[in-house]
Amino acid sequence: MRIKTFATLVVAAGLLLPLMTLANEGESFPHAGNDPYNQASLQRGARNFMNYCSGCHSAKFVRYNRLAKDLAIPEAELRANLMFTSDKPADTIQSAMPAQDAIKWFGVAPPDLSLITRSRGTDHVYAYLMSFYRDASRPTGVNNTVLVGTAMPHVLADLQGVQTAVFKTAAVAGAPEFEKFELPQPGVLSPEKYAEFVRDTVNFLEYMAEPIQTTRRDLGVWVILFLMLFTGFAYLLYKEFWRDVR
Amino acid sequence: MSEQVDYSRRRLLTAATALTGAVGAVLVATPFLASWKPSARAKAMGAPVEIDVSKLEAGAMLKVEWRGKPVWILRRTPAMLKQLEVAEPFLADPHSDGSIQPAYAKNEARALKPEYLVMLGVCTHLGCSPLSKFEVADVTVSADWPGGFYCPCHGSKYDLSGRVFKGAPAPSNMTVPPYTFLTDGKILVGADSAATV
Amino acid sequence: MASDNSGTPQGGGLWAWINARLPLDKMLKEHVTEYYAPKNFNLWYVFGALSLVVLVNQLVTGIFLTMSYKPSAAEAFASVEYIMRDVDWGWLIRYMHSTGASAFFIVVYLHMFRALMYGSYRAPRELLWIFGMLIYLALMAEAFMGYLLPWGNMSYWGAQVIVSLFGTIPVIGDSLAEWIKGDYYISDITLNRFFALHVIAIPLILLFLVVSHILALHEVGSNNPDGIEIKKNKDAKGVPLDGVKFHPYYTVKDTYALGVFLIVFCSILFFAPTFGGMFLEAPNFDQANPMQTPPHIAPVWYFTPFYAMLRAVPSFLGTQVWGVLVMFGAIALLFFLPWLDRSPVRSVRYKGPVTKIALGIFALSFVVLGYCGMKPPQGIFPLLARIFTCLYFAFFLLMPWYSRLDRTKPVPDRVTYDAH
Repeated sequence: MRIKTFATLVVAAGLLLPLMTLANEGESFPHAGNDPYNQASLQRGARNFMNYCSGCHSAKFVRYNRLAKDLAIPEAELRANLMFTSDKPADTIQSAMPAQDAIKWFGVAPPDLSLITRSRGTDHVYAYLMSFYRDASRPTGVNNTVLVGTAMPHVLADLQGVQTAVFKTAAVAGAPEFEKFELPQPGVLSPEKYAEFVRDTVNFLEYMAEPIQTTRRDLGVWVILFLMLFTGFAYLLYKEFWRDVR
Repeated sequence: MSEQVDYSRRRLLTAATALTGAVGAVLVATPFLASWKPSARAKAMGAPVEIDVSKLEAGAMLKVEWRGKPVWILRRTPAMLKQLEVAEPFLADPHSDGSIQPAYAKNEARALKPEYLVMLGVCTHLGCSPLSKFEVADVTVSADWPGGFYCPCHGSKYDLSGRVFKGAPAPSNMTVPPYTFLTDGKILVGADSAATV
Repeated sequence: MASDNSGTPQGGGLWAWINARLPLDKMLKEHVTEYYAPKNFNLWYVFGALSLVVLVNQLVTGIFLTMSYKPSAAEAFASVEYIMRDVDWGWLIRYMHSTGASAFFIVVYLHMFRALMYGSYRAPRELLWIFGMLIYLALMAEAFMGYLLPWGNMSYWGAQVIVSLFGTIPVIGDSLAEWIKGDYYISDITLNRFFALHVIAIPLILLFLVVSHILALHEVGSNNPDGIEIKKNKDAKGVPLDGVKFHPYYTVKDTYALGVFLIVFCSILFFAPTFGGMFLEAPNFDQANPMQTPPHIAPVWYFTPFYAMLRAVPSFLGTQVWGVLVMFGAIALLFFLPWLDRSPVRSVRYKGPVTKIALGIFALSFVVLGYCGMKPPQGIFPLLARIFTCLYFAFFLLMPWYSRLDRTKPVPDRVTYDAH
């Protein structure tokens, strides 16, 4: 009977696990392939973020001194290359652009990026930054296959170049189906280098969304090992006492 | 029961489990206690403050807030500095041996530059903020008053360097926070040098 | 702490002094050292103790969270991120609380299913079962109110949907929903009162109910997988022959179970605190936005079976109150279990094939409904939800017949137990 109940529990737990993956609704994107443990990539990502994103986007929950400490960036370098909107390292990252102006220029205020990879998913953000294409009908001159009608201009156009999107002729009525991108007008980076650039950037965004994540995992290993020791003793104790019961 | 109970094994396992559990409990309690330390935001708000003293007149005092406490910056006149010597015989701790100040402020003027006194305006008795009584022989304090600070709560008296008088309830001189001159007219309160910001 | 059977504590001066004034020794004996529990408890019997552990976890972490949390629409979202980033170890305390919420429902559901299998709700344990059900209700209210507090977009719209349920009640619905919100929409006012209920009112009720639940249990004694009253077979001293002292036998067993549970719990906490969006949902990392509903909105997993039932019922006669009635009915039926079950035996071990199949279908329908509730109401899911809502209700409504008519196996006099 004990084996049977154990089996039932395993089945119950087994039912929960697939639910976990199935809870992820909607479109799936190819993996961004970033690594939050890669500090060099995070440092490059921080530089990319400060140079290309922080002009319009804030990261209002992230403090400069915290990221400098986590990413092992010396203070002199932090001040010289990363802090554009503040001179106090304990400050949070604010955007250089007043929200009112942003609404006037883009119709919407650029979202704060502190938590963007947690609310949208790292892979989604990666795919978004890879999927701008020329669309003369848009006010910004570009559109995006991941977020159709995005208000964001292609700020990385000089790096990537401007892609054009090829759509399949619609077999049935409705929206034409996206097929592939072409790059008639390359930027200063090769496609591989651009992908690397975006990967570093989303890596940094993922770091900002949960700065503690690497510490959390590292600590978790020790916690589990300690609990195994405790459970081992408790098991032996349980077996020892239950020898009395016949 | 066919077999004997091995009490020593039982005791050993009980001790091992209890000990591991106790260690675990302490390890779990630690983060909870640590969460009471000043947070990153508190530290950011308690970061050093820059104070412009270029417009401060001789004999005038500026009050600014740092970490929720009043910081006084008194620009002393030569006459005021002379009064420090007058006060000296009456002081409990004239050399600030039992008081809190950075090493560079452990002198008669209790300052980096004698002209500027930078001090936490908090009585060392029970934390009231003393009143300015700069006038010599101010009758509201005493006829032989050499000028200084007077705490209204329990009557502690301090000279113009914040040194406590004998017989006052306050145990030590008022505290001098770490500070530095960024330029001649700019003081940074809360850090010994600009680099440690 | 040695004591004779006369009930007067001996030993140390302080201990005797206290016991002359407060019956600590007597309570310890009654509830721990001389509480006799059946020796044939299996794995299913650890979840009661585990839910007590999770309750303590929720209380302690909750108290520490309130130290940094701000219950206002303007500050709530940012204060949670403040806890996650600026407070030393705040992230751990918050994850312990958020993972604990889901863990609470996991252990409580398993605990309830145990009661269902072994007939632990049958006489004389009806009141024990009802206290348990009230705990479950309070827990659902607690979870629902707590879910609004992070003030994320899912928090906001989840609360919006649930409060709207009350709006479907004919005549009084709209004013009732307004009264609950204290405003015309889910606002700062709503957040503030949910906060008060979540951190003070419902925890007090929960504690009262948990104490009552345990007192009622110790009055009637524990059931067991055989569904046999161990009090029927006592030795000369009045000690049940099939009973063992709760301490040390079940304290060591529960300690072992706690270790295993903590390994699972901490694996989630440290390696997958969002649990793929099930324990912490992605839209909740966006601040509440009354202007924009998340593209797909569903409650947290522990509410989805009931949510699926709500959606499964179409509106007719110009009102959608029927779905709400079905949803609350699904919970209300559980209260009546002690009187719906007419089987001559308690435990599923001695019940017939029909009952076993019915129990299996019930468990399956709960899981399938839970899954349907997570998915958008498209494709096969509305149909599945309707079928399994019917099966869920059939389990209860047909029970008076199938439980009485079904074959049973003879119940032994003594519990079945193989020595370890």
